[in-house]
Amino acid sequence: MSGLPEAVLNASLLAAQVLVALAMVFATWRLLRGPRAQDRVLALDTVYVDALILFVLVGIREGTEVYFEAALVIAMVGFVATVALAKFLLRGEVIER
Amino acid sequence: MTEIVVSLLVLAGAALAFLGSLGLLTLKTFYERVHPPTMGTTLGTGLVLIGSIVFFTVEASRPVLHEVLIGAFMTIGTPVTYTLLVRAALHRDRLEGRDPAGFERRGASEDRTSTEPKQN
Repeated sequence: MSGLPEAVLNASLLAAQVLVALAMVFATWRLLRGPRAQDRVLALDTVYVDALILFVLVGIREGTEVYFEAALVIAMVGFVATVALAKFLLRGEVIER
Repeated sequence: MTEIVVSLLVLAGAALAFLGSLGLLTLKTFYERVHPPTMGTTLGTGLVLIGSIVFFTVEASRPVLHEVLIGAFMTIGTPVTYTLLVRAALHRDRLEGRDPAGFERRGASEDRTSTEPKQN
């Protein structure tokens, strides 16, 4: 596991990390700019997904499976957070009686 | 060989996520902006996760499949959240008397306004 293929993998992982980081910057820009609440919720969801991809990439680079659990937690929390925010935008409250 | 496959999968996934966020930043209306991020959330994460599965399966010399869990969560979760979000946006636009997604401009106003409000 050394030599040229290893170098190619390292370069690809670095390039992928830069791309996903740029994607996070774009999503954060949309999150700050708005213009409406639903745009911000959508941008927050995109930031979550980009963070998830970034964690998986870091996991491959480091060669450990520890980062997988962090990515799993981000996937679950991001889903619940976005559903709760969308529900709030729809009805004005999250949990109704 | 494995390294090349993992590199291609990872690069393709990251490029899809990048394009999705670029579309989110550059498109004009909210209803257009909903579409691009789904590329990154489904296919983007999918490709990166397949790359991770291949990498760890070869490295550990046994099947490592727990990334499938994340993929399942994303595949189930994304349509649900985005459907809810678009319905909320539509509801807010109607409440304020806005023209959702410029349907008037595109000449489809008669059909939309006569059929859709029943669903609320």
